[in-house]
Amino acid sequence: MLNIPYIDEILYANLESKIYLGRIFIRAKIKMDELETQNIELQLLLQAIYLKYGYDFRNYAKASIKRRILHRLIKEKFSNISAMQHKLLYEVSFFERLLLDMSINVTEMFRDPSFYLALKKKVVPELKKYPFLKIWHAGCSTGEEVYSMAIILKEEGLYDRTQIYATDMNELALKKAKNGIFDISRLKQYTANYQKAGGLESFSDYYVADDKQVIMDKSLKKNILFSDHNLATDGVFGEMNLIMCRNVLIYFNRELQNRVFKLFFDSLCTDGFLCIGSKESIRFSESSDAFEDVVKNEKIYRRLGAATN
Amino acid sequence: MFEAIVIGASAGGLKALTSVLGALPSEFPLPIIIVQHLHPHSDSYLAHILDTKCQLKVKQADEKESIVAGIVYVAPPNYHLLVEEDRTFSLTCEEPVKFARPSVDVLFETAIYAYRNKLIGIILTGANNDGSQGVTKIKKMGGYVIVQAPTTAEADAMPQAAIAATQVDEILPINQIGPYLLQLINQSKNRANF
Repeated sequence: MLNIPYIDEILYANLESKIYLGRIFIRAKIKMDELETQNIELQLLLQAIYLKYGYDFRNYAKASIKRRILHRLIKEKFSNISAMQHKLLYEVSFFERLLLDMSINVTEMFRDPSFYLALKKKVVPELKKYPFLKIWHAGCSTGEEVYSMAIILKEEGLYDRTQIYATDMNELALKKAKNGIFDISRLKQYTANYQKAGGLESFSDYYVADDKQVIMDKSLKKNILFSDHNLATDGVFGEMNLIMCRNVLIYFNRELQNRVFKLFFDSLCTDGFLCIGSKESIRFSESSDAFEDVVKNEKIYRRLGAATN
Repeated sequence: MFEAIVIGASAGGLKALTSVLGALPSEFPLPIIIVQHLHPHSDSYLAHILDTKCQLKVKQADEKESIVAGIVYVAPPNYHLLVEEDRTFSLTCEEPVKFARPSVDVLFETAIYAYRNKLIGIILTGANNDGSQGVTKIKKMGGYVIVQAPTTAEADAMPQAAIAATQVDEILPINQIGPYLLQLINQSKNRANF
């Protein structure tokens, strides 16, 4: 026969122990300091951005993404990241501002001239062997380095047989890249870079300028296709002879770097070239064995034959 | 017990860094992470020079590299150097902060997330105010701050700014910073043992 009171007692004891455990749990959690709480908020915010807008920053290197989000927080006087999340979910225009903070668009023409010099010396002679070339510039930002590449191809007689795909996740940057109009304040530096990069002509052959801006020559744009592509979420671009992706991978964590290197491997033809930033390296990634060095210091690699993973 | 040291230096920094690092033995128990303002197109000569002038191993910080005790890491020119919470490095090309890339503030602020109150921040000679926000945050988190005595600095603006920004723990002539660090770390080690 059932002893009702007895069962009640057990239930009650059970309930009490649950409450007791719950209290211990809560006390332990309260000890969590502000920084840990902020990390939870940060994680939730990145999740919210991904779920609501489809941009995936969850596998970006955290220190930098956190700095940029806190920068926006201070600027708009939010008391914490959770308050920011509310606005982010309900105001698209606020998200757009945040998105600008989160995509770094620091670039220049012939950035790291020694890289372009190495490209001309070691890569261009190989590219000349192909009747038709496909180049993918991933994370092209506002386009300065795409135009630099176009100039080199032109001077080497390769431009007319090349199709360049220039992609970025930031639509505003992409629009600027497409327009090919740049601020004149940096022209002096660009000209110096062009010369150091082994430019064969006069840099002024490639633009017209007024007192404010530099407009790149239309003929450089002819074979460039600008389009939207997100390395964190989008897929393969087929059969490339060369992929340029400089100073983009440094913003990613190891996991995302591995994804992107695999994506590049799958997008390159056998013997295709991969050029990354001078402080980036494929050597600690899962794809290390699938690429050989072409110019070690300049981080120019070449895809080996068969897939390794 | 302390777990890492971050140092910011600008104009006149090479001499000051040589003096501080020169006083430390090769078995120093903490990692030391340095931002020295440099011309953006200079190469890795700073790490090489410092490496020849002190007993500790000095190298340029690599992206995603794990931070190891007893090694001195120098920020590469033209990149910000950040510390991740898993105690590895990140590099970024974000805009200069207070005209500087690498920025002392950026290094210090991110190192706080990784090392909390177990961080020692040191501001040496320099002609700007980079680092003053960083030391303020180190103090707020309960870390330790040492500033080079402005009278012994080739450029005194950076130490002055740090001293004005927060209640720093010690203001020391350049030749005393190294020996003081050894003493401080031994003391905190002994305290932790008892």
